[in-house]
Amino acid sequence: MDIVVLMKQVPDTSALIRIGEDKVSISTEDVKWVINHYDEMAVEEALRIKEQQGKGKVTVLTVGKETAVATLRTVLAMGADEGILISDPALEAIDPQITAKVIAAALKNIHFDLIIAGHRAVDDDAYFVPTAVAEYLSIPFLSMVIRQEIKEGKIQCVQTVKNGSMVVETELPALIATQRGLNEPRYPTMLNIMKAKKKSVEIKTLSDIGLSLEEFGPNALKTKITSLTYAPKRKAGEMIDGETVGEKATQLVQLLRAKAVIL
Amino acid sequence: MPNNVMFFAEHTDAGFGKSAFEGMSEGRRLANQLNGTLTAVVIGAGTQDNAQELAQYGADRILICDDPALNDFDADQFTSILVDIVKQNTPDILLFGTSLNDKAVATLLATRLDLGVATECLKFTLQEERLVATRTMYGGKLVAQVMIEGKPQIACIRANAFPIIQDLRITEQIMVEPQLKVSKIRVIDKKLNSLDKVVELTEATVIVSGGRAMGGPDFSLLEELADLLGGAVGASRVAVDQGWRPHSDQVGQTGKVVSPKLYVACGISGAMQHLAGMGTSECIVAINKDNQAPIFHYADYGIVEDVFEMVPAIIEELKRQGR
Ligand SMILES: Cc1cc2nc3c(=O)[nH]c(=O)nc-3n(C[C@H](O)[C@H](O)[C@H](O)COP(=O)(O)OP(=O)(O)OC[C@H]3O[C@@H](n4cnc5c(N)ncnc54)[C@H](O)[C@@H]3O)c2cc1C
Ligand SMILES: Nc1ncnc2c1ncn2[C@@H]1O[C@H](COP(=O)(O)O)[C@@H](O)[C@H]1O
Repeated sequence: MDIVVLMKQVPDTSALIRIGEDKVSISTEDVKWVINHYDEMAVEEALRIKEQQGKGKVTVLTVGKETAVATLRTVLAMGADEGILISDPALEAIDPQITAKVIAAALKNIHFDLIIAGHRAVDDDAYFVPTAVAEYLSIPFLSMVIRQEIKEGKIQCVQTVKNGSMVVETELPALIATQRGLNEPRYPTMLNIMKAKKKSVEIKTLSDIGLSLEEFGPNALKTKITSLTYAPKRKAGEMIDGETVGEKATQLVQLLRAKAVIL
Repeated sequence: MPNNVMFFAEHTDAGFGKSAFEGMSEGRRLANQLNGTLTAVVIGAGTQDNAQELAQYGADRILICDDPALNDFDADQFTSILVDIVKQNTPDILLFGTSLNDKAVATLLATRLDLGVATECLKFTLQEERLVATRTMYGGKLVAQVMIEGKPQIACIRANAFPIIQDLRITEQIMVEPQLKVSKIRVIDKKLNSLDKVVELTEATVIVSGGRAMGGPDFSLLEELADLLGGAVGASRVAVDQGWRPHSDQVGQTGKVVSPKLYVACGISGAMQHLAGMGTSECIVAINKDNQAPIFHYADYGIVEDVFEMVPAIIEELKRQGR
């Protein structure tokens, strides 16, 4: 079974984020990049399916800047077979809508039975790309997957839904999106890190995947960031003192009432 | 031509959620500013009886698509119905609530109509009658202003970001006949928790969360406090990884992003990845026995105490005051 994983490179959460000079994007200097954690789970699940079936290929696809090659190397070291980066100066201004169009175009030339994506990217929190990719490819989409089973051309998944869970089934090819609880991603082993050096990472431009540059650029954006500012920093507030826990409780409840946080 | 605002009001087995009323109220506010109308759309089996509830939050019209075939949520099916409604009614702004189903319909609709969509919006302003959304990015570190292209402009709200405002109107109810299609997805089984005790974490006004300090799966203390405050229980990743709480309770970068009025962190150190999920809460209370815990750097109220002594004292205090 051939599986494609959609992977996004995101800044590490514990890293400082600085706004760039254009005031609408972040400064990419000195950023520590990591795999979006939900996509790491997607890679892990793809590897498990391949291992279980004893055959198949896991291709990891990403749209991004050249820096994403390093992240692709990491997933190859986890065990993925091939990495593809779509990178183009015309994608300097990009939004989730354009990302999805580019991914869908790239997938026209790749064979797949299953696509696995993350449920959201923790940098833009768009919750958009998997839905749109599945729609462009006219394949079914199952989100919030915490368990999957493939049988006779079908995939059966448990998904978390508001207030519970659901078991659903659909035909392959399909796109599924991961949710916490699906698996714990493995660490690359030394052996696999060595092996990964020999694996291929392909870098493609928009014209390589048959897209014309006119369709992209700032005018193609469907959501446009017009300004970025730093979120007001939360500050250390008041420490509640008192002789006993009872005194502290009385004070806390009083303060919360005074501020109408509780009524 | 008046400017029309439309709101998709999610209806579940438990009726309308709080975010439906928040979205309606915000839709009304925008409609007033634009001298336009507010239309609510309700899709689902058995929704007709409840739909009138939306009149209290400023609906001029309620479009109802009630059909037994719409019993299970199906993004594809619901979106197809909404696409038809949007084409017929040509709203200028189309708002959605906060749940994953809301987002699923909003993003699919935007894809089908080749429009933009902004999710998790905290605030809206109007510039030359066009919606501009405020939303956070990078785990709450940055605040972005976003222009949404096309018509309608599509946006989803974040829970607890907009006040609920009562505005009772005489509304017109219009039934819509759905064009049903065969679903690509087959529902085999559904396991739902009992309806009376659930407050969905992302929509809860109060969240009491527990971390490693809880030491085991017994969260009854936190449940009692949450109950008294009408809230829900959350957890740090450690508490989830230990198997003490379900994944759906996890707050943080790889869990849920929540924004309640009150967040009580009990025995949680306050790692960046946790902050990424609750940093926009209105008020944070931290209870931790280590006065050096990072969470005290950003909690509004900090208490250096043992959780197992402090939480019972708060419960007692609330009960004493007649909670
Ligand atoms: C990629 C990635 C994603 C992550 N995503 C998340 C996420 O989504 N959510 C998340 O929460 N974490 C996440 N983490 C983990 C995060 O970095 C922290 O490890 C985690 O939040 C710590 O959980 P904790 O505060 O419960 O435990 P600890 O850090 O161990 O803190 C326990 C605290 O309890 C206090 N304490 C102990 N006993 C008591 C007592 N009796 N009374 C009072 N206080 C007591 C201690 O002083 C300590 O401060 C992620 C990490 C990574 C690498
Ligand atoms: N630039 C990208 N390249 C590849 N996959 C992406 C990209 N952006 C988003 N995705 C996929 O879509 C998921 C959701 O992202 P988002 O819609 O941005 O919240 C991610 O977890 C990835 O699986």
